[in-house]
Amino acid sequence: MNRFQRRLAFDATMQVIATGLALIALAMMAWILVTLVVKGANALSLRIFWLPMGPPDGSGGLANAIVGSFIQVMIATAIAAPVGVLAGTYLSEMGQSSRFGASVRFINDVLLSAPSILIGLFVYDIAVRPFGGYSAIAGSLALSIVILPVVVRSTEDMLRLVPGSLREAAFALGAPQWKVVTSVLWRAGRAGIVTGMLLALARAAGETAPLIFTSLGNGSWSFTLTEPMGSLPAAIYQYASSSSQAWVDLSWAGALVITVGVLVLNIVSRVVLAGAGRK
Amino acid sequence: MNLNPSDITPAMRSTLAHEQINGAKPKIQVENLNFFYGDNQALHGIDMAIPEKRVTAMIGPSGCGKSTLLRVLNRMYDLYPGQRAQGRVLLDGEDILAKGVRATTVRTRVGMVFQKPTPFPMSIWDNIAYGIKLHENLSKADLEARIEWCLTKAAIWTEVKDRLNRSAIGLSGGQQQRLCIARTIAVKPEVVLLDEPTSALDPISTARIEELIDELKSEFTIVIVTHNMQQAARCSDVTGFFLLGKLIEFEATNDIFLSPKQQKTQDYITGRFG
Repeated sequence: MNRFQRRLAFDATMQVIATGLALIALAMMAWILVTLVVKGANALSLRIFWLPMGPPDGSGGLANAIVGSFIQVMIATAIAAPVGVLAGTYLSEMGQSSRFGASVRFINDVLLSAPSILIGLFVYDIAVRPFGGYSAIAGSLALSIVILPVVVRSTEDMLRLVPGSLREAAFALGAPQWKVVTSVLWRAGRAGIVTGMLLALARAAGETAPLIFTSLGNGSWSFTLTEPMGSLPAAIYQYASSSSQAWVDLSWAGALVITVGVLVLNIVSRVVLAGAGRK
Repeated sequence: MNLNPSDITPAMRSTLAHEQINGAKPKIQVENLNFFYGDNQALHGIDMAIPEKRVTAMIGPSGCGKSTLLRVLNRMYDLYPGQRAQGRVLLDGEDILAKGVRATTVRTRVGMVFQKPTPFPMSIWDNIAYGIKLHENLSKADLEARIEWCLTKAAIWTEVKDRLNRSAIGLSGGQQQRLCIARTIAVKPEVVLLDEPTSALDPISTARIEELIDELKSEFTIVIVTHNMQQAARCSDVTGFFLLGKLIEFEATNDIFLSPKQQKTQDYITGRFG
């Protein structure tokens, strides 16, 4: 075999290995999805969107958990999105090369990979214990800490993708920095920033650990932010380990609802991104 | 006035030369300007007087410092830590590098058009209105009049007047560049800096921009950096030749191209290097 043939053989081998590994990864995901759909479809019915959680005979639904998740994730996003966008803007536009900026970026990266159980414990310590009880607002706070670093990071990355020439063109008109940021850079990076928020939100929607120490979970309707509130992940956690088959089935249905919800969010964010890219 | 020839500084000499040649008073006077990228010196003791309402071209091989000088004239280098300028740049006699002079004020008076067209991701109308609204509070009618004025000046009005609300990203490259020129003159600067404004454009768009430059010089002082020597010869009144961060020769354009005094200038314009 000469060099060229050897290279062709190497190329063919690598292609087979890479394709094979990709198939394995894909198969794992397909397995998870199929299991989820098969088991979840069992207990999936319109009832679970109307009825709150009920007795172990499975006559209840998941409505209070779904609404609870929705409320807490929305509040968390409302807290984390503005802070995250502003911090990301600072890192990209003002603190690129300062020591302070570098420290913030490093801490943010640490936070990005912090175990979510740690975030739950932290919020338990600062927002549950001092106030004497689990509350939805503490749950929202914990979720906002999950969301925050993702938003900071994606905002910074998206603003860095805005060409420097656009930045200079805005400055060349005599615009002050805040004007350049708010009306040119945010506009140019809008689609990416929104996508980052949606992905962060999707991630928070599936978090269990930050919630079980904070908003705890609630078996019935609750709209009071200072009381424990139900959430889908907490309900799944509670039902999946129960001895009632009806509850286990419900937890699969809940997992399917979350997965579909996250999928829809991802699709929406892609459509937003593509729509803005075309203009 | 009796001046000993040894008392005449290079700055004075260049001022004198241009008053004689062009009858124009200097709009910008650069005096002993040194510029640094960190520890790297990019400009060495530049002295030049840019005549008012004339087109001044800056030519030279890549890396000679001509774009760097352009970016000093509107303090664009301020955006980047580690870049600094030493010396004086007088705009109507006022040093724009002095402490306490705001870069935003300088940039309002000295506009800039870049190599690649840089339309903002918004409508054509908003692209132009953006700069105007930063500095002036015009009534709707006045704003409309101003937008039509600058788009007409930039020779793009007839092409865009029916789609002012459409995104500027949809325009062709040449149209985008004329839009950027319109955006720059919309804020009524005194000086317009052009950084290789046609190097990303096709020959027809280039010809239109060159015609435009000729029109604009009745109202604005224009400084253009170009790699295209024919372009410098065609549309400028005075030309400066830069090499390795030094201003080698700065004369009336005809003199530079027909009878350069410096051997290096001659070598460059005849294509022996660069």
